[in-house]
Amino acid sequence: MARRISVRSKVLATVGAWLVGFVIFFPILWMVLTSFKTELAAFSTPPSFLFFEWTSENYTAVEARSDYVHHALNSIIIAGGSTLIAILIAIPAAWAMAFAPTERTRSTLLWMLSTKMMPPVGVLVPIYLLFRDFNLLDTRSGLIMVLCLGNLPIVVWMLFTYFKEVPKDILEAARMDGATIGRELLFVLTPMVIPGLASTFLLNVILAWNESFWTLNLSTLKAAPLTVFIASYSSPEGLFWARLSAASTLAIAPILVLGWFSQRQLVRGLTFGAVK
Amino acid sequence: MPLDRGLTLSLFARRPGGASGEQRSGSGVAATQRTRTLGRLLAAPSIILLFIWMIVPLAMTVYFSLSAYNLLNPGSLSFVGFQNFEYFLTDPAFLASLLNTLVLVGAVLVITVVLGVLIALLLDQAVIGLGIVRLMVIAPFFVMPTVSALVWKNLLMHPVSGLFAWIASSLGFTPIDWFAQVPLLSIILIVAWQWLPFATLILLTALQSLDDDQKEAAGMDGAGPFSTFIYITLPHLARPITVVILIETIFLLTVFAEIFVTTGGGPGLQTTNIAFLIYSQALIQFDVGAASAGGLVAVVLANIVAFFLVRIVGRTLEV
Repeated sequence: MARRISVRSKVLATVGAWLVGFVIFFPILWMVLTSFKTELAAFSTPPSFLFFEWTSENYTAVEARSDYVHHALNSIIIAGGSTLIAILIAIPAAWAMAFAPTERTRSTLLWMLSTKMMPPVGVLVPIYLLFRDFNLLDTRSGLIMVLCLGNLPIVVWMLFTYFKEVPKDILEAARMDGATIGRELLFVLTPMVIPGLASTFLLNVILAWNESFWTLNLSTLKAAPLTVFIASYSSPEGLFWARLSAASTLAIAPILVLGWFSQRQLVRGLTFGAVK
Repeated sequence: MPLDRGLTLSLFARRPGGASGEQRSGSGVAATQRTRTLGRLLAAPSIILLFIWMIVPLAMTVYFSLSAYNLLNPGSLSFVGFQNFEYFLTDPAFLASLLNTLVLVGAVLVITVVLGVLIALLLDQAVIGLGIVRLMVIAPFFVMPTVSALVWKNLLMHPVSGLFAWIASSLGFTPIDWFAQVPLLSIILIVAWQWLPFATLILLTALQSLDDDQKEAAGMDGAGPFSTFIYITLPHLARPITVVILIETIFLLTVFAEIFVTTGGGPGLQTTNIAFLIYSQALIQFDVGAASAGGLVAVVLANIVAFFLVRIVGRTLEV
């Protein structure tokens, strides 16, 4: 009883969908193309779309500014570190809530969700002052701490929903077959939650990588991740479009790839399970 | 070791429905007790950390908001009651930025939800190469805000060399100087581009869970595509749309980086939203008291939205 699909409507839908996809993706494509132009070609009107002299000089120029690698490293350390720590803190909590729920688990989960609703500007002043007094301004550890706490509710929620899905019958069956607890944890349970752990890690690295409120306000140079590095192109250097494009392409490429891999988890992670 | 085993066993045996009773006989009560204690112990670090993260800065914000405190003359902290609120709320900049915030949030919501529904409907058809189209549509969501703002501002919206200017003049129109003539609209377009993928992806996920049989049955009963959409698809999408609206609102209320790198809130106050106003009061004018009062206003605004979102999520939460 498949829907009758005429060739005509299929062609129409395909053309329409590709057109829409292309328009939405175009700014990114245009940025990547511009990054391979000379500064002069980047400015020229009418713009050249494909038939320009391709050059990689902008990438060497960005690389040559030794600070690019420095900021990229900061991004990796801050995004990866904050997510890893958040997961380590969240695993026991999510575990307890999924496997030993009490009558208060529900309200605890909803309360955690509500802390995520706190607008960061609401606490900008005290956090800034605390950072100043504890010498945490422009440090990686400070940013790791803030981003870790900021993402903790999402991490707990995601892990909770993944742990909930582990069919308990399988665990019981393993036990009846005489598996020891150690074996049960290692060979039965771990393989079942690894995909969930991986997608939780992936989505939260993406969120931390792109976080631009705390990173812009709490770091300037030493600990500044790529978000801040790119923001520095907003004044004078923004005139170098090709170089801005090259730096931007380098800044988003890794996360774009990760993002494409995790797009299915995105819905679940960001809607707290409200849409599946 | 026996203790560990007992604990873990009871952890896994507990089911909300409580089907397998025989396993818990014997030391059942004790095990449950231990399970609960262990559960609390395991959840404690997350709860305590989040509680501190929430309550300490909030308490400090409340404290500062009742004090006169400027970072330029430190040591001059004195209690002034509600003067900061009076100052912040009667400041003409507050009204302007509140209005900008509402326009920004409202416009982006309308654009992303309407286009999101249309695009999701389109992608729900039989499309060749849907996987690649999906990737292209979702991509902007993964671009960091500072990059999308600068790429749009320079490469696309530049009044002379931008691509939009070239398109406009080749079609015979006068190019718009986006950030000078329609600064808020420019910000709205950039932010909408960033959030359209989110709306589309969620609505598409929801559409794909809609039963085809229902639509077929409606078709057999003589319903056209339009009434099928109005009476079957749209009601099915009501919940996901609500979720999209609430989640986006929470993030859109605090749009910051896009304004920070493009307009700096200007020209004048035309693109200053509440978040940016608080930022400039705190870290440009160093008026901690007023900024804290503003921060509390932002918290209240967000909480109104959060209240509804938490209720909706709570309704589907099974523990």
